[in-house]
Amino acid sequence: MSFALSKPGRFIGALTADLKTIAYRLAAAMVICVILTFASDAFLTTNNLLNVLRQASLLFLLASGLTLVILTAGLDLSVGANIGLSACIAASVMKLSGSALLGAASGVGVGMCIGVANGLLVALMRMPPFIATYGMLWVVHGITFWYMAGTTIYGFPSAFRALGSGYFLGVPIPVYLMFVFLTLGAFFAQRTTYGQEIYAIGANRESARLSGVPIARRLILVYTVSGAMAGLASLVFLARMNSAEGDIGEAFTLPAIAAVLIGGTSLFGGVGTVSGTLVGALILTLVLNGMNLLTLDASWQPLVTGVIVILAVFLDTLTRKRAEARK
Amino acid sequence: MNEIAMDEPSRSFSLARVPGVAWILGVLLIGFTAFSRDFLTGPNLHNIGLQSVILLILALPQTMIIMTEGVDIAMGAVLTLASVMLAWVLVHNGSLPLALAAALATGLMFGLANGMLVALLKMPPFVVTLGTMGVAQGLALIVTDGQSIVVNSDALQAVYGGSLAGMPLPLLIAVAVYAFSHVLLYHTRFGTYVFALGGNAEALKLAGIRANAYLIGVYVLGGLMAGLAALILTARMSSGHPTSAIGMEFDAIAAVVVGGTSFEHGKGWLFGTLLGVVAVGVLRNGLNLLAIPSSAQVACIGLLVIVALFIDGLKGKQ
Repeated sequence: MSFALSKPGRFIGALTADLKTIAYRLAAAMVICVILTFASDAFLTTNNLLNVLRQASLLFLLASGLTLVILTAGLDLSVGANIGLSACIAASVMKLSGSALLGAASGVGVGMCIGVANGLLVALMRMPPFIATYGMLWVVHGITFWYMAGTTIYGFPSAFRALGSGYFLGVPIPVYLMFVFLTLGAFFAQRTTYGQEIYAIGANRESARLSGVPIARRLILVYTVSGAMAGLASLVFLARMNSAEGDIGEAFTLPAIAAVLIGGTSLFGGVGTVSGTLVGALILTLVLNGMNLLTLDASWQPLVTGVIVILAVFLDTLTRKRAEARK
Repeated sequence: MNEIAMDEPSRSFSLARVPGVAWILGVLLIGFTAFSRDFLTGPNLHNIGLQSVILLILALPQTMIIMTEGVDIAMGAVLTLASVMLAWVLVHNGSLPLALAAALATGLMFGLANGMLVALLKMPPFVVTLGTMGVAQGLALIVTDGQSIVVNSDALQAVYGGSLAGMPLPLLIAVAVYAFSHVLLYHTRFGTYVFALGGNAEALKLAGIRANAYLIGVYVLGGLMAGLAALILTARMSSGHPTSAIGMEFDAIAAVVVGGTSFEHGKGWLFGTLLGVVAVGVLRNGLNLLAIPSSAQVACIGLLVIVALFIDGLKGKQ
């Protein structure tokens, strides 16, 4: 285990190891790009590439918080449902108050509250994360449908819509958000004590506890961050769609988990990076975009994403087995 | 290991072990009887029974899967796909036995896939079945193109509407499935190993028993039961719809958890699951009568699960 807590040499060593895993994945993304360029004329156009980047950035925002959770050997299955409720509440507040800022704040706030609830269930009540967040998924989902009662809220101020569909210097605004949160996330995970403690919890919870890591508080922190990021992602999605319905977030859970796993973060905890998740989001978006361009219709997406998740977990399990055999 | 001893059916009725689920069920029954005049009537109880059949068929194998410290969250999606396949074969071929075979084969394939990925490759069950859930959901969408497959078949109608010796056919199927599961879990070697898989899989392996085969078997059973449930679901709706049973695994898992089966240490009992199924069925039915929308019911069931898990956690600490 290479979570060096202080030694700069080992720290740089860990960092270059991360760069290597990311480099492999970036190479894979390039290969996909080359294949798609030959397979479809529509792929290598500015419009399509910007579109890929925009979709990947939304997925990354959601998956970056999830990465921290999975680093602690946890899982947050409620992120998709979270997007649904956060978006609907944000939309509703924005309509009632007329203030984009208030709407945005309430969206992130709702996401954060769901995250805190998950954190409390996992950290204080010691529930297995899978089951706690799976139960939360249905609670949140139910509340969303109840609240919306089949209605649609649409038409938001243009200042808010810029968050999802605006451009700055020819690049979509969500892409800037993606890089801001990549920097923040990578810094948080790699350069702060909090981040190192999160890795330590995932690598070996017992030894983390014995070396004085406040496990419950760090767990609550990661689930809260994951919830808040889902709230933020819901705003970007809402701004892009310009309408909110009850089932808005359903399709996001599986892709978000896929992005984290493709990015090299291990389900068993302690291994992975936020920047890897960005590459994972990019790869998944490229694959789905390619399918779209090759006129495979949208109903193929859950199937392909499901297969990708299984393959990613398979590789993850294999890597772990090899690492254990080496010990 | 006296937990396992207490799971013997003959001893599970002692007052000391009156489980949480019995209290929950009692509270629900009294509450709904007080608040709704239509609740405690013959036709309504009959209704609850019929509506709980599919849930029971899913919850029984789910109990065994959870007892092995696993879970199958693909069950709802596999049921949906099996229902779609059944409707498709019935429309194109007209033979109900062949259609049922197609549904069972669908369930078998997914059960095998889940079981092999979990048992042989040691992949975490939650994420594996999340993946296969996506696959099954996707296949259902692809086969149907997002539309319903409407079935006009008298033979299929008879499955849901028919009765034998005064008992509705679906209830008879449920009774048969319960009896089968009971014998399987408590009176066969398979069942003994299911208990052992959750309690101490390592010991099982050291004793030279092919634990993997039994673990795969549990998931296969789950798949086959989803295929059987597809028969009743398709008959009830007279169609196969690509989203008909999405999320139904949650009701099943809720019933199992509320029924007192634990995600840890191979503790579980089938009768508790039966009570859990009735509790979920009663909750849904009662909330229906009180005109509470089905979305809010899902939230209530979610809360029920979290409360049950919380109680489970408290008991575990003692």
